[in-house]
Amino acid sequence: MTAGQSDRILVKGNEAIAYGAVDAGLKCYFGYPITPQNEIPEMLSVLLPEAGGVFVQAESEVGAVNMLLGAGACGVPAMTSSSSCGISLMQEGISFLAGSHVPGVIVNMARGGPGLGDLGPSQGDYFQAVKGGGHGDHRNLVLAPATAQECYDFMFKAFALAFAYRNPVMVLGDAVVAQIKEPVQRVPPAGAVKAEHLQFLVRDQRIEGYGARGKTAAPRLLKSVYLAEGELAERNRLLQRKYADMRKEVLFECEDVDDAELIVVAFGSIGRTARGAVRRLRGENRKVGLFRPVTLYPFPDEALQKLAPGRRFLVMEQNIGQMMEDVRLAVNGVSPVHWHGVMPGLFVSANELVEPILRVLGGQSGSN
Amino acid sequence: MTSAKKSVPPRAEKLVFDVNPVLNERPTHYCPGCHHGIAHRLVSEALHELGVADRTILVASVGCAAFTYDYFNVDSVEAPHGRACAVATGVRRARPGAVVFTYQGDGDMAAIGTAESLHAANRGEKITAVFINNTVYGMTGGQMAPTTLLGQKTTTSRRGRDFDNEGGPIRLTEIMAQLQGVAYAARCALDSVKHVKEAKKAVRRAFDAQIAGLGFGFVELLSSCPTNWHMDPVAANRHIAEEMIPVFPLGVFRDVMKEKGNA
Repeated sequence: MTAGQSDRILVKGNEAIAYGAVDAGLKCYFGYPITPQNEIPEMLSVLLPEAGGVFVQAESEVGAVNMLLGAGACGVPAMTSSSSCGISLMQEGISFLAGSHVPGVIVNMARGGPGLGDLGPSQGDYFQAVKGGGHGDHRNLVLAPATAQECYDFMFKAFALAFAYRNPVMVLGDAVVAQIKEPVQRVPPAGAVKAEHLQFLVRDQRIEGYGARGKTAAPRLLKSVYLAEGELAERNRLLQRKYADMRKEVLFECEDVDDAELIVVAFGSIGRTARGAVRRLRGENRKVGLFRPVTLYPFPDEALQKLAPGRRFLVMEQNIGQMMEDVRLAVNGVSPVHWHGVMPGLFVSANELVEPILRVLGGQSGSN
Repeated sequence: MTSAKKSVPPRAEKLVFDVNPVLNERPTHYCPGCHHGIAHRLVSEALHELGVADRTILVASVGCAAFTYDYFNVDSVEAPHGRACAVATGVRRARPGAVVFTYQGDGDMAAIGTAESLHAANRGEKITAVFINNTVYGMTGGQMAPTTLLGQKTTTSRRGRDFDNEGGPIRLTEIMAQLQGVAYAARCALDSVKHVKEAKKAVRRAFDAQIAGLGFGFVELLSSCPTNWHMDPVAANRHIAEEMIPVFPLGVFRDVMKEKGNA
């Protein structure tokens, strides 16, 4: 399908999330207002009922994520969205989604923290997103869009992954990703899973009323409690195998890394800003490249390992040092990993990221 | 002459009690004298009479009722503590043709899950909530519940519940009855045959309201917990009649079907 003029829309990242979700097959949305993601529920309150779906404004994020658990257990494409503090409230439910093997998509347009923080851009929820966030041994698949187009495209991927693995998928953005308005091709990305196929993927695991499977069919149960000794151990081994399988879903983007002496590692909006800085320095014949993790879990550690010999890394992120730890674990001492942090709530330009890169290129360590 | 005389049938036997196919025959984990078994039976009879078990989805809660799904032959999903009405909202919205019910204790529904329960009710979710009120946290060993009676001793109110420190027992049915989304709200007790028969009607009605698409069906069942009340089952029944019912009056507090003349 070729994109025509009418497929090109000018929208914010939040609006692109809403369009992407509906086009990907979303049937139920549950959410609670919080800045900077309000355009998502506002748009979906119109778009989704028009598309034959259900929009419910929940009483809280706790309510929203548990509605998601119910709809997901029925094998229906469902999602919620929120921002940082609201995502914290959802963690119990996210852990239940993981433990009960229920598909669900959660969008976090993060804000500064801790506490009520601020409304500006922040990547302070990195650890919460990629290390599980809720209680117990669980992981979310985490996608980090940098542009409105990726917001649109990644919703297809988010639902496909959630249903393929019957696992929570988090789309992690921030105020910059959420609020920048830019052109988006409203066309399903190549290879997008068809909405009908999503439900087919979980036909043997969803609850529906046993009659849907025949008059004498055995009842189905989705749960996460396993009290008898050894039962939970087996369930967690199942999760462990699932998380190992997910490794093949790793996505990342490289630019100018082949001959680079220094590779800037950055994700999401800072990844986009850092690309501007790297391109400017390339224009000055500096041997610098960019590595942008697109899936934050699974983390592209093997790709970083391969790049490590003979190169140095500079992690740039909008927090006080989180992804840096994963890059260091990936590189495992083979090469130096520097770090430059941008504090939450600050809006940085590409020019402001040039100087810290030059400092590291010149042999100094990272900063901030 | 063989056919002219009507053969005498064997002495007529009237079947007065039978296995209910909605409940399986697994022995329950409940304590002797506990009323969960009666409550399960009432719910299963309503589902059986309505002929809807094959499209019913149970949302289990946390507490003694956590393993309800072990006994009901219906599709089920487990909810986190207090969140059953939110999970049931998601289930019913995703499957509008399903009959959905939650089965929750007093801690689950009237303490940690108050917000989810009241808002699902207020939205008029087409679900049925069965609320077991035994004034105590049973599964965790007898701590104070939001419905614990004033003066009642529990493991966390050792001198008896004191209004100045802990407030008084919550009357959830009366609160539910105020909400426009609630189509049916009743409180019954399981301490006597008479009350159990009334409860059976109320449970059925709480499902009728959902199936008719009128809104949220709610039934509170005053139930015994001999173990944590430190009573024998007979004394526990007496406790319901003498101590609980005066605080939690029985009756139908809202019935939209009746208001609409569909009694």
